[in-house]
Amino acid sequence: MAAFKETKFPANAPVADKALGWVDDRFPLTKLWNDQWGKYYAPKNFNFWYIFGSLAMLVLVMQIVTGIFLTMHYKPDANLAFGSVEYIMREVPWGWLVRYMHSTGASAFFIIVYLHMTRALLYGSYRKPRELIWLFGFAIFLCLMAEAFFGYLLPWGQMSYWGAQVIVNLFGAIPLIGPDLSLWIRGDYVVSDATLNRFFAFHVIAIPLVLLGLVAAHLIALHEVGSNNPDGIEIKENLGPDGHPVDGIPSHPYYSVHDMFGVSVFLVLFSAVVFFAPEMGGYFLEYNNFIPADSLKTPAHIAPTWYFTPFYSVLRATTADFMYVLMAAVAAYVVFIWLKAKLSFMTKVAIAVVAIVAIIGMLPQVLDAKFWGVVLFGSSVMILAALPWLDHSPVKSIRYRPDWHKYVYLVFGISFVALGYLGTQLPTAAYTLISQVCTLLYFSFFLLMPWWSAMGTFKPVPKRVTFQPH
Amino acid sequence: MNFHKKLIAILALLPGLAFANEGGHPLDKAPARPSLTSLQNGAKLFVNYCLNCHSASSMRYNRLKDLGLTEDQIKTNLLFSADKVGELMTTALRPADAKQWFGVVPPDLSVIARAKASSAGTGGDYLYTYLRTFYKDETRPTGWNNMVVPNVAMPHVMWQLQGVRTVKMVEEKDPHDHTKTVHKFAGFEQVTPGTLSQADFDVATADLVAYLEWMAEPAQGTRKRLGVWVLLFMSLFALLAWRLSASYWKEVK
Repeated sequence: MAAFKETKFPANAPVADKALGWVDDRFPLTKLWNDQWGKYYAPKNFNFWYIFGSLAMLVLVMQIVTGIFLTMHYKPDANLAFGSVEYIMREVPWGWLVRYMHSTGASAFFIIVYLHMTRALLYGSYRKPRELIWLFGFAIFLCLMAEAFFGYLLPWGQMSYWGAQVIVNLFGAIPLIGPDLSLWIRGDYVVSDATLNRFFAFHVIAIPLVLLGLVAAHLIALHEVGSNNPDGIEIKENLGPDGHPVDGIPSHPYYSVHDMFGVSVFLVLFSAVVFFAPEMGGYFLEYNNFIPADSLKTPAHIAPTWYFTPFYSVLRATTADFMYVLMAAVAAYVVFIWLKAKLSFMTKVAIAVVAIVAIIGMLPQVLDAKFWGVVLFGSSVMILAALPWLDHSPVKSIRYRPDWHKYVYLVFGISFVALGYLGTQLPTAAYTLISQVCTLLYFSFFLLMPWWSAMGTFKPVPKRVTFQPH
Repeated sequence: MNFHKKLIAILALLPGLAFANEGGHPLDKAPARPSLTSLQNGAKLFVNYCLNCHSASSMRYNRLKDLGLTEDQIKTNLLFSADKVGELMTTALRPADAKQWFGVVPPDLSVIARAKASSAGTGGDYLYTYLRTFYKDETRPTGWNNMVVPNVAMPHVMWQLQGVRTVKMVEEKDPHDHTKTVHKFAGFEQVTPGTLSQADFDVATADLVAYLEWMAEPAQGTRKRLGVWVLLFMSLFALLAWRLSASYWKEVK
């Protein structure tokens, strides 16, 4: 550790320079700014898909700021909560705007994050050396889901109440500890004032704290290894005489102004929803949620908010009949691994043992379909974390993958959107069948990725990024 | 099955019956009545006919000033269940009495127009159809029934305006099961005339619905007016941000 050294300024130096120097001697302010943004060299070939990181940051800040103002007037009390939201909408100056920004912001956050993840998928942004960035991002996604789930109870409408009831009851499907676990989460035998108070605590402080820490980790990791780009090339492997990547440009000012433009376009769309369609046809604010929570009246149709529906569909698709398909699928997958996977004998044995136990567990006499529905529901989210190790493609970007890979991604995308749509609808026999097919396609995409991602003729990856000067 | 289980089973089924509107009576489109006079008329109908039993406990009387009424006008003509114009629209009906008389506590109407929206139509459409499809039915405790909410607990409050009507039903073969017949709605029959013609009653109901839609979100006018300016500003900002970005990116080769 070097001894403390005071930076000397000439007597006529500007006060701002002196002040900054004073701080920099004591705290790495300039260094932090330059490392994280000012002199952070990003690839110059970012396209449309690269705006969603800064947009997510913007929406996070917006949710925190609007959230702070909402907590000033909201009452986390089962008797007062519903009325306090209407109080915000009517009596608090600009309360309606703050509330709509917050409710629209929640949905906007998920749209942005889903697109941000799609970008990572398209250009292989999770591949080595960016596995930790992906894992931090995945943890952010989990936090976001928890945040949305806890927050959705707070308006204390019918959908808030029964949505929470259904999701907390899912934990009840876990053998042995399930019923006690869901009781512990609720703090009561039904969703009640106790539940509302603890969900409020989670929503306004616990989860946001974790979320902020993870966002910092996500960004520090990103700026440490450097950004990926649409070509999937490591720009740091091609440095210029100044020691900076020849295909990189400092984020400030180039991506500062670029992102400012992206932000302004986003705000046009966001304002259009906030001011002209805050309910968004019942998807952002559900109609049923304008009825106060009533523990004696179960709504005919309980659906989670749209951003959870793809995973919720997986849960609903897991019917008792579907268990036999799943048993066959697990058996086939194990046979496939034994024939094709380059794993050690012991690993293969371990996989086979786990699979046999699972298949026995899937028998109707052992564990019921509801339990496996919860398992698949959880797995459909958790499997995303494994992506860096499932993808065995020799190139990162979809641009240099075999053309037929694009159709694989397309089928996966369609399955995911279809699951999302079906999750908002009442289940019918046909819908359940479609969601079962989509569930199989969804899991096949990931579980077979180690093989399909390495198959086909890959195109040569250029040495320099593809960039046309504007 | 013991008594408690039966009771729970019945209780569990009740809401299903109350909300059973799947494939129910089709909703009529509520005519737009955006003028202040319509909304004022709607407010008058609301305090005279609805506030007897229903509350609108998020709504202050003096918010009616947004509809072009003065505090004095509110005080002399509309102050129904309160002493001061700054008070909330509560109801004199006690919940325990309501439970005894109607079997249910009438819901608060503050946001009813938002709550009743569905894939079948807007909340306004629902209310507009509901309020116009009451008919005489002696099998019901109140003597009234409704096409949108079959076996509704609420009586036809505006019957003097609309008059008494019965419903015509025709027997038809069930398309799904030919051994059964279904009752199909074939229109209303006016028994005694009301003080309003059917057309005038429709207009009055539309005014009331327009008021309910306004009351569900009194800020909606401000929201839309402000939204136009916000969008204009944001578009201009986007244009400038675009040119600013382009001027910097010219340097990037």
